[in-house]
Amino acid sequence: MQIILNGAATEVADALTMAELIEQLELGSRRLAVEVNAELVPRSRFSEHRLAPQDRVEVIHAVGGG
Amino acid sequence: MTTETTATDRFTLAGREYSSRLLVGTGKYKDMAETARAIEASGAEIVTVAVRRTNLGQTPGEPNILDILPPERYTILPNTAGCYDVETAVRTCRLARELLDGHTLVKLEVLGDEKTLFPDVIATLKAAEELVKDGFQVMVYTNDDPIVARQLEEIGCIAVMPLAAPIGSGLGIRNPLNIRTIVENARVPILVDAGVGTASDAAVAMELGCDGVLMNTAIAAARDPILMASAMRKGIEAGREAYLAGRMAPKRFASASSPIEGLFFQH
Repeated sequence: MQIILNGAATEVADALTMAELIEQLELGSRRLAVEVNAELVPRSRFSEHRLAPQDRVEVIHAVGGG
Repeated sequence: MTTETTATDRFTLAGREYSSRLLVGTGKYKDMAETARAIEASGAEIVTVAVRRTNLGQTPGEPNILDILPPERYTILPNTAGCYDVETAVRTCRLARELLDGHTLVKLEVLGDEKTLFPDVIATLKAAEELVKDGFQVMVYTNDDPIVARQLEEIGCIAVMPLAAPIGSGLGIRNPLNIRTIVENARVPILVDAGVGTASDAAVAMELGCDGVLMNTAIAAARDPILMASAMRKGIEAGREAYLAGRMAPKRFASASSPIEGLFFQH
């Protein structure tokens, strides 16, 4: 299925969980936060949260800023 | 005010005490090493960060800004820079809270346009209300408008941060009288956020009675950012001490510093 990952159309396995996506992206050890369709998905729910086709996923982190 | 009380002068924010009244941003530096050295030289204990998309599939070992900001040493203040509406500002704060393990302190800014980066005050008031209801401790960037500052305080913001001049402009304190009025009306900390260009600007903000100053570009865009960070630290300290000391009343004409009595010649 296709999802929109940080603004880019991306092919992933059907019914992929958020935990699996983060692992595939090799971001498991990073400090990050995730939104799906503009709703926060807490880390505690990554393993149960299943993605659906055309989900808009944002993976964000902290950067320098003022 | 004795020197003893100035030595124990502390800035209290959200129930925590700080010895530094200089808050710094972490943007616009050459690299992570320069950022770290500038923060160190500034003596800041509260440091802002922004929240952005993670670079996917690139340099997995790349250092993150949080790596140089150990939480036992610094209070991290995530901002909503780049947000032009209530919804994205609120989403950004929720992401930041998740990112920082439930940390509720945020710097809210809802911008009005790209040319001035002035706040959209109406959207700022709405976002502040939503965030306070959601349990956030909101430090809010706003205009130098005393009425709006009071309304933001009434909503429950824990600090109000009027601009001195446009973000990144380095123009200094453009409206000192408004800043003073905001300070006089306030029961929450007032910090100048944005517009400071050099150390004397920081000192002026503190002499006006501000509780602190938040800055980024004035340090990062200096020819020598590390030296400017140190200068800003001293400017903040000098301005704070001058405020506590209470300046002399200005007079129109001279007042001799040496005694008239005992002159050995006729004037």
